[in-house]
Amino acid sequence: MNWKRSLIAAVTAVPVILLFAWGFTRDPGEIPSPLPGHAAPQFSLDVFAPGQPPLSRPVGDTVRLADLRGQVVVLNFWASWCGACREEHTVLSTTARLYTGRPVHFLGVLYNDSLAAGEAWIAEMGGQSYPSMQDPGARTAIDYGLYGVPETFFIDGDGRVAYKQLGPVTGVGLAHIVDSLIAALPPKPAAPATKSRS
Amino acid sequence: MKRNTLVVSAALLAAITGRAGAQAAGASAAPAAQQAAADTALDARTNAVAVQLRCPVCQGVSIQDSPAELAQQMRNLVREQLRAGKSPDEVKAYFVSKYGEWILLQPRASGFNILIYALPVLVVLGGLAVIVVAMRRWTKPPENLSI
Repeated sequence: MNWKRSLIAAVTAVPVILLFAWGFTRDPGEIPSPLPGHAAPQFSLDVFAPGQPPLSRPVGDTVRLADLRGQVVVLNFWASWCGACREEHTVLSTTARLYTGRPVHFLGVLYNDSLAAGEAWIAEMGGQSYPSMQDPGARTAIDYGLYGVPETFFIDGDGRVAYKQLGPVTGVGLAHIVDSLIAALPPKPAAPATKSRS
Repeated sequence: MKRNTLVVSAALLAAITGRAGAQAAGASAAPAAQQAAADTALDARTNAVAVQLRCPVCQGVSIQDSPAELAQQMRNLVREQLRAGKSPDEVKAYFVSKYGEWILLQPRASGFNILIYALPVLVVLGGLAVIVVAMRRWTKPPENLSI
């Protein structure tokens, strides 16, 4: 009779153990985003921090995602109160400068922060090579399903979210994703190459 | 007599104009009251949707109960979308399309989620079955007892 009892115990216990094993090895804070693979939400945001030449855009200029079709977009949500944003700042700023002339746009979006605090942070960090936009009411952040900063969205040439990075990006990871997205672009002479060399 | 007539007609006139004035005031107050009622109704509808959506920052509470800035902004968006004529289900669908089903505090009873609703019932039924079997064994005559 003992084997029967053992079998019942095993049949009951194994699914419970598996369930716990699955649950305990997952990060409850990491929520899978439904966006990758789907069209990136459109945005039309005003620049508040111009960035540095040759990647700069004038303050007040409206950046529309629709205008960047056919090129890769790296959209980074950040805030001055966010500790992890400090970690990735140099990587993002340097990588953006390294990719000058390539069909990729690095853009920052300030999340739930005052413009003055954002500007002060950029100055404190020694500048940001690419422009940052403001997002009143966090409308674009909500449209991108944001729940914390930093979060970085990689948008391919077809305007789809290819990848979403939770937390700070790393130099190798960033270059790898951007390279693969640029490689996937249709093979035609890239328009922005002439613009960004000026 | 003439003077009396004059007084009466003046009083009448005053009464008429006074009433007209009151009516005018009433007419301007009505839309304001309607607006207030509409706002209250919209607030109630917003709350009804907001209690069903999880706050992405706090994760354990609804955006209705969360003091987080993002939750407040999401509530504003719920309100705006409802005002624009979206149904509560459409508003919820918008948030699900952005955050995934995770955003719903009460998961939909479809697909894999059915387990969440079915499992407790199955466990209770299984427990009852075990109890029934055990009771039968315990109440059997001792010679049939097998341990």
